[in-house]
Amino acid sequence: MKMERDSRQQAILDEFRDFVRKEIKPYATELDAEGKYPTRLIKKLAARKYLTPTFPQQYGGLALDPIHYGQFIEEIGKACSNTRTLISIQTSIIGETILRWGTESQKKHWLAAIASGEKIAAFALTEPEIGSDARNVQSSYSKRGNEFVINGRKKWISFGGLADFFIVVAHNEAGISAFIVEKERKGIKTIRIKGMMAGRAAHIAEIELRNVQIPQANLLGNEGGGFSFVVNTSLDHGRYSVAWAGIGLAQAGIEAMVRYARTRTQFGKKIHNFQLIQGIIGDAVTSVHAARALCLNAGRMRIAKNPDAISETMIAKYFASRVAVRVASDTIQVHGGDGFCSAYPAERIYREAKVLEIIEGTTQIHQEFIAKYGLRKYHEKRID
Amino acid sequence: MELKTHIQDLIAKNLSNLDEDFVLQDDDNIFERGFVDSLFALKLVNFIEDRLGIELENEDLDIANFYSVNRILDFIQSKKSMG
Repeated sequence: MKMERDSRQQAILDEFRDFVRKEIKPYATELDAEGKYPTRLIKKLAARKYLTPTFPQQYGGLALDPIHYGQFIEEIGKACSNTRTLISIQTSIIGETILRWGTESQKKHWLAAIASGEKIAAFALTEPEIGSDARNVQSSYSKRGNEFVINGRKKWISFGGLADFFIVVAHNEAGISAFIVEKERKGIKTIRIKGMMAGRAAHIAEIELRNVQIPQANLLGNEGGGFSFVVNTSLDHGRYSVAWAGIGLAQAGIEAMVRYARTRTQFGKKIHNFQLIQGIIGDAVTSVHAARALCLNAGRMRIAKNPDAISETMIAKYFASRVAVRVASDTIQVHGGDGFCSAYPAERIYREAKVLEIIEGTTQIHQEFIAKYGLRKYHEKRID
Repeated sequence: MELKTHIQDLIAKNLSNLDEDFVLQDDDNIFERGFVDSLFALKLVNFIEDRLGIELENEDLDIANFYSVNRILDFIQSKKSMG
C-alpha cells in the first residue's frame, strides 16, 4: 500500500519536473524582469492541480505527503521563485490552515476555489509596524450584530495585489482572531509595493482595511485563537515550504556554479581545476546535502505527527535558508563579474535566497526558538 | 504512561522556565505566567488530536481548556466521555 502510494507520488513529481522544465523555467527571468505573474500560468498550474499539491483529492489536490511536497517545492524553487511563492501561499500558508481550522463549508468553498485557480489567496498578517512581533498586530476588529468590522493596514503581503481573498489577522479585547476576507468587500484597497529586491512578480502589496464588514461565517477557527492556532499553523506550514525552497535555490546555485566552472577558462585552464574553486563547490554540495537531510527529517516527523515536528521544521528552515544565501553568494563568486549580470542566473538566485532568511520568521527569531528547544531537550536534570 | 504524566511531560518539554529548582504545580496557569512559548497551544492541540485520537471542534479551542495540567486533564476526560 505504502509502495503504491509512493510510486503514485513519484509519478506526479516526475510529471511536474517535466512541466517545470517546459512551462515555467523558460519564463522565470522574464517574470522577474516584468514584475507580473500571468494568469495563463496560474490556469496551467491549476489545470494540473499544481497550485494545491497537498490538498486531499476531495478538495481538488494531489494528496502529496510532506516529503513529496517538499521535493515538489524544491523542484519549483530551483526554477522560479515567484511560482514557488504562489504555490507555497496557496498550499501551505492558506490551504493547510483552512484544512486545519476551517468549517466544512469553508473548506468546500475556499479550497475548491483555490485548487481550480478561480481564486488566489494571500495571508495578511504583517503590518507596517509589526513584523516579528506578530502577537501584537494593531489591526483591530469589533463585533456589530452578526458581523465583524475590521480596520487596519497590512504590509509586505505576497500576492496581495493579485489575491481575490485574504486571511486577515486582527485583534480586539478577546484576543487575536483570523478572518477570510474577500477583496471585493467595501473598504479594501491594495497598493502594490515597488522596488522589491526579490519576489518581483509576486505582487507584494499593502492592504488597507477601512470598516470592512464581514459575516460571522468568515471567522476562521475560534474567536481569540487567531494567533495560537491559525497563525502558528500557517507559519509552521510556511516554514516547511520555505525550508525546501531554500534547498531549491541552493541546488540551482550549485548547478549554475558547476556549469560555469566547467566552461570558464582562466590562466589557460578551466576554473574547476583550481583548488580554491573546488573548495567553494565542495562546501556548497556538502551544505545542500546537509540541509536536505534536515528537511527530509522534518518531513518524516510531520508524516509521523511527532510532537517535535514543529521545532525540527524550524531547524530545517533556519539551516536551509542560511545555506541558500551562502551558496547563492558563492555562486556569484565563482562567476566573478558575470555573476553580477542578469545574463546569468546567479544574481537572481542571490536576491531570491536572501528573503528566505526573513519570511516566516527571521533567522534570529529561529535561533532563539531553537536555542530554547535545545536548552530543554538536552538538559539532564540534576539528581541530588 | 498515565495521561496526567503524559501532559506533565509534554509541558515539561516545552517549559520556558529553565530554573533548575522550578516545579510546575498542577493548577499553575502556564499561559498567563509565561511558562510556555507561543507555539505550545498548537503543540498541545496536535498532541490531543494525533496522539489521543480526540477530534476537536473550533469551540473546544478556548485557552481556558488548556491553561493548567488539571484543566487539560479535565478537558480531555470530558471529551473522552462524550466520545
